[in-house]
This record gives sequence, structure tokens and C-alpha cells, in this order.
Amino acid sequence: MFVRLVYESFRRQQRRKLLAGTAITLGVTVATAMIAVATDIGDKINRELRTIGANLVVTPQEDSLDVEIGGVNLKPPTDGAFLDEADLPKIKGIFWHNNITGFAPMLPVNTALEQGGKRLDVTLLGTYFAKSVSFGTDQFTTGVRSTYPWWKVSGAWPKDSSRDVLLGERLAARLGDEPEDQITIAGRQLRVAGILSTGGAEDDEVVAPLAVAQEIMGRPGAVKRVYVSALTKPEDAFARRDPKSLSGAIYDRWYCTPYPQAIALQLTEAMSHSHSEQIRQVSQNEGAVLTRIEGLIFLITLAALFASALAVSAAMATTIFERRAEVGLMKALGAGKLAVASIFFAEATLLALIGGLAGFVLGSGLAHQIGHSIFNSDISIPPVLLPVILVIAVIVTFAGSAAAIRRAVGLDPVFALRGEL
Amino acid sequence: MSAPMSHAARDLAASRARGAHTSMFLRMLVRAAVLRRGRAVSALFAMVVAAAAATAMLNLYVDVQAKLRREFRNYGANIILVGKDGASLPADTLAHVDSVLAGRGIAAPFGLVVARTSDGQPIVVAGTDFERVRQLDRWWSVSSWLEITTSGAKDATRVGHPALIGVRALPTVAPKNQAFDLSFQGRTLHVTPAGTVQTGAAEDSRIYISLDEFVTWTGVQPSTIEVAASGSPEEVASIMNQLTQAIPEGDVRPVRQIMEGEARVLGKTRATLLAAASLIILTAALCVLSTLMGWVFDRRRDFAIMKALGASGRLLNGFFAAEAAILGATGALIGFLVGIGIAAWIGRVNFHAPVVPRLSVLPVVLAGSMAVTLLSAILPISLLRRVQPAVILRGE
Repeated sequence: MFVRLVYESFRRQQRRKLLAGTAITLGVTVATAMIAVATDIGDKINRELRTIGANLVVTPQEDSLDVEIGGVNLKPPTDGAFLDEADLPKIKGIFWHNNITGFAPMLPVNTALEQGGKRLDVTLLGTYFAKSVSFGTDQFTTGVRSTYPWWKVSGAWPKDSSRDVLLGERLAARLGDEPEDQITIAGRQLRVAGILSTGGAEDDEVVAPLAVAQEIMGRPGAVKRVYVSALTKPEDAFARRDPKSLSGAIYDRWYCTPYPQAIALQLTEAMSHSHSEQIRQVSQNEGAVLTRIEGLIFLITLAALFASALAVSAAMATTIFERRAEVGLMKALGAGKLAVASIFFAEATLLALIGGLAGFVLGSGLAHQIGHSIFNSDISIPPVLLPVILVIAVIVTFAGSAAAIRRAVGLDPVFALRGEL
Repeated sequence: MSAPMSHAARDLAASRARGAHTSMFLRMLVRAAVLRRGRAVSALFAMVVAAAAATAMLNLYVDVQAKLRREFRNYGANIILVGKDGASLPADTLAHVDSVLAGRGIAAPFGLVVARTSDGQPIVVAGTDFERVRQLDRWWSVSSWLEITTSGAKDATRVGHPALIGVRALPTVAPKNQAFDLSFQGRTLHVTPAGTVQTGAAEDSRIYISLDEFVTWTGVQPSTIEVAASGSPEEVASIMNQLTQAIPEGDVRPVRQIMEGEARVLGKTRATLLAAASLIILTAALCVLSTLMGWVFDRRRDFAIMKALGASGRLLNGFFAAEAAILGATGALIGFLVGIGIAAWIGRVNFHAPVVPRLSVLPVVLAGSMAVTLLSAILPISLLRRVQPAVILRGE
């Protein structure tokens, strides 16, 4: 009888059920989409912040002092220690390798550019443009094109295997050169693939594939510095503790959190004779920006959840209030308060489950849509969210119906049936 | 009243009729709200929540850019001014930059030379204004700002010139934190380490002394001025233009990674906020719609009685529309105040600065609220209009 009552109620009052169901679906859609966006926004903004450049730098351990002004190295380039290029793929083998979005090795060489009988002292910077590197079975492409997205090239990016170079725009202006021209550097003929504009010191330099720089310097496999771009967790008091002073489990927790310091330590371990450090200008500030944006979206998600809960409650209250004549009839026929209330609650649960499921599907779609249109990447929705969302939907629907149901069962059947309320 | 009425009497009667008409209209409006307090209050509550959500979201949407821009200014300079071809800038350049900025940002001068330590090692020594650097480059991890900014040049002759030593330079020049000598073109400077600086970049291999001492010692004027200009991309571009005009000796360059990164992150955040705001406002509006439609639908008896007593369609429409408009306006006003409070609270909690209430949001919220309430009153009425009052009154 109970099942039949609920079933018939759904079959005969399709308009009302549709209204309440729509409200629940809509509420759950908004809730799902907002929760998905809020849980993923940190990662998304973190990736956007990577456009500001690398946040970690690896240098040789026993490196001598840099004597560098405005990007021009004033020391003999053979001075000091170097990193080994063969160690570079190991960067992708550290514990947080998935958080490494890219790295670019740098080898500046002081050399001379000869043109039309003139000799010009220039810095030639050897690096990866978009080099394919493999670690184990992992294949990935990295280089300045991914770590320094603000570098603009008119012409073409050189291939890492080629002997083509990029000419900094201020240097090019001094030379009056056109792309596709040949330049002579240290007695070697190099083809200019394009003009580079960075707004920084590179505008006065020649940027070449790493192998070319190593050849000119006469040190195969040498790398002066590696700039690493990593997704990190904003630094907190725990991050600033000295890892040497931590013991056992606490050290493991520190090591297994993507703090800039922890990733720097892992990079130092991965590359022999190296020292890595966070670039404070980038790593310190992104924490602050990230925290603000995450906090903002979190608060807004709360507001969205509140608004959708309210919408569901309002719709439920309205539909139940409209059915007071029905309640009156049931009570007049001898149904107890409990029996009436349980019918309503059963209907509410059913509605919440159906609406919640539909809302979850729609909300996931909406989150994907938001992810693609705003961030050009997928927003992942953890499957564990489904039961959570369904439970929330049932609770909110119950809460929204409770007051209305209590009022409905408390009515005098006589008045309710006469419609005088 | 068969006798022909005077003009005055006719006017009086007409105005009385109109007066009675108006007062009756008002009375119906008030009584409708008072008698069904519960439903009226719940409709008003829904309206207030919707208007508050809309106000808060719109306020935040307008303000969040300014708030986040401030965060981005912690990244330091977004404009760099250097002497053409590495030359020094004239001594009054900083004053020019300050007058162009006029409070719209901060600038810090840097002079750089390569000096030698007593054992002949080359090292970069920089002169700067520590007070400005402290505000501009907040990420500098300096062991003690206090010592370097307060120790004046007066006692410098006694203990040597205080300097900040980069963490990588420290083991080379002052392994025991002792005072040491630097020489530049035959002139020596006695330097006492006042603290260390760590940034993870070129600064770590340098020694920083105050600009006055730097200029007296080397005779070199600063060659670089870092400028953190605040404001929108257009404002920053106009500051760059003014700087180029004011300082012909300098080369004004944008720090492209900072500007582009800022634009990207701000754009994406705003887009996300817009998506969230539209979702919230839509949900809230639908909540109002369903509550209000239920309320109006519930009063089909009142509607039928009025119609049976001879009220015209226009009067009925007017009555329900007026009711809806009043509800919408009241809800919007209360909601506006609540929403401003919410926005201010979010600003305080998240950005540690209140979100400035924007009155320009009010008309938008007001119009939106009234549109939603009118829509939710008109829809059920137009449905009911087609039904005979007798059918409604019989309860069918």
C-alpha cells in the first residue's frame, strides 16, 4: 500500500514532481559544478602562474660567485663548476615528478660575433627549445618554450638538433640583420632562424641549442644552470622548518608535500654535485596569489551551496504545501501523523536521489565546460563526489520538506479539506 | 443625485472615488501581506537572499581585479628603466620617476659595479635605497632589515659601512661575518656585514650598500630603476609612456613575464568568478520564481473573488504587479545591504581589505529583482485569467 501510494503519487502528479525534481537537479548541478571547480582551481591557477617563469633553479654545488650585471657575465666562462647534461632527465624521476611542468638548462658562453669585418662581444646562451627527453618509459618535451611562454619569436623556433640560433631583438637591431641570414660566431657559420623578444637580458644575446653552446665552449655535456618550473604548495610554517631537524614520520610528511623547499631538496638529490634553491620572487608570491584565489572560490562555493540548498527547500515546501488537501484526506481516513510523514519523506528521498543523480551528471558536464572554456583543460571530478553529493541532496531535500511536512500533518483535516487555510 | 452637479461637486466626487479607489488598493496590498504573513515573509526572504547573492557577487566581480592586482604587485617591478646602452642615468632621474608615478607605485634605484675583494676576487657591488627595496621586493629574505635601514652613515666611519651580503657571496667575502675591504678603481671601502640577503637569483652573489655611499665611493650613478606601477594594463602602459617622455636618457622596458602572468591569472579568475556568479544568481532567481509563483497560485481564491466582484483584468494585473514590484523592491534594498555586508566580509577574510561598496550595483540589482518578481507574478496570473472564477472558488 505504501509503495503504491508513493508510486501513484509520482505517476499522477507529474507536474509537481517535475517542478520539485527540476529544482533539486538544478541545485545539485550548481553544487557539483562549483565543488568540482573549487577543488581543481588551485591546480589550474598554479599552472597559469607557471607562465611567470621557473620557480626553482639548480646550480653546481661548488659554483664560484656569479659576476653578472644585466645578464652579461663578466667572468671567464670556463670558470667554475658545471652540471652534467646527462643528469637532466632525472629531474623527471623525483618523487614529485608529476608536478614538474618543465625545465630548461642554460649555458651562457661569452664569445664574439663577426660581421662585415666588425667584432662584437656577445653572450651566446645555450638551452633547450622544445627538446624531447626520456626518463625510463616516460617521454616528455621540455625547454624554454614551455618554461618561458612570454618569449616571442618572429620567424621560426630552431630545432634542438639543428645549428640554428635565435637573435635577441636589440642585438638584431644593432646588427641590422634579417632572419634567415647567416652569422659567424667563434668562427662557425650559424643560421638565424628568428628574432627573439623577451623584454629581458636575452634581447641582447644569441640563443642557441645547448649542443652548439657546449661545442663553442669546448665542454660537451656542460650545463651552468637549470631552471625548473614546478607546481608547488604555498609555503607555510611547517615548510620553513629545517629538514635536518625533522625526525622520521615528520620528515616523511615534509618530504612528501610539494613545498618549494621539498622539491628543491629532491632536485639536489637527483642531480650529482648540485644545489637547488627556490627563486623567491616567483615561489614566494605565487603562494600568496594562490591562497587568495582559492579562498575566494571556496567562499563563493559556500554561497553557491547555500543558494542551491535554499532553492531546493523552497521548491519542496511549495509542492508539499499545495498538497494539504491530500494530507487532510489521508488523515480523515485514519492515517497517523507518522504514516503521512513517512510517505512524504519517502517521496522526498526518491526525488532527491533521482534529481541528485541527474544533477551530478549535468554538473559534471558543466564543470567540464567551465574547465575547457576558461582553462583549456579538463576539470577532474573525483568519483567519491557522487555519494557525497547524493547524501547532501537527500539531507537538503529532507530539511527543506521537514517544516512543510510538519505543518501539513499538523493541520485539522476538516479545514484542510475545505481548503480554508 | 438627479440634479445636475456643479463642476466643483463633480470634481470632489471624482477625487473621492479616486481616493477611495487608491486607499482600497493600498489596503488590499497591506492586508494581503499581513494576513498571510508566513508566505509573504518566505517570499520576501527568498528575494532578500537572491538580491544579497547578486549584490555580493557583482561587488566582488568588480573589485576582485583591484584586489588581486595588489597581490601581484608583490612580484615587484613590472617596468624597468635602464640607461641607454648600459650608461648611468642622470642623478635626478629617480625624482622624475617619482613625480610621474605620483603615488601610483614605487620605484627603487640600483647602481652596479664590479669591485674586488682584498684577495682580488671580482664581486658585484650594488647601491640601492633599502627603504624602497624593502617595499618593492618583498620576497627578499633579509636577515635583518632593521640594522641596514636604521644604521645611518654617521657611525659608518667608526664601524665601517653597513652592507647586506648575498648568501652565496658571504662565504667568499666574510666567512666569519667580519668586516672587510672592497676596492673599486683604486678607492677602498671598509664594509661591515649588517645582514644577509637571499632571493635564489642574481642578488645572492652581490653585496648591497646604500646608494649614497655607493655614489660617493664609486662616483657612478644608478643605471637601473625598477618600477612597480599599480593599476590596470592601460594605466601601466600610460605610466610607461610618461616615463619614456620624461626620461629621454633611459630605456623603458616592461617586465613581460610579470605583466603577462598577471593578465592571464586575473582573466581566468574573473572568468571563473563570472561563471560562479551567473550560476548563483540563476539559482537564487529560480528560487524566488518558484516561491513567488507558489504564493500567487495559492491565492487563486482571492483572485477569483475579486474577479467575481467585478474587478477588471487590468485592475487585477495591476494589483498583483504592484504587489510583486513592492516585494521585489523591498527585497532588493534589504538584500543589497546584506550583500554589501557579505562582500565586505569576504574581502576582509580573504584579502584583508574591505570590498568597497559600489552604489552602481544597486540599480542593476533593483531592476533584476523587480523583473524576476514581476515575471513570477504575471505567469500564474495569465494562467488563472483563462479560468472561470466559479471553477476556482469551487476548489477544482
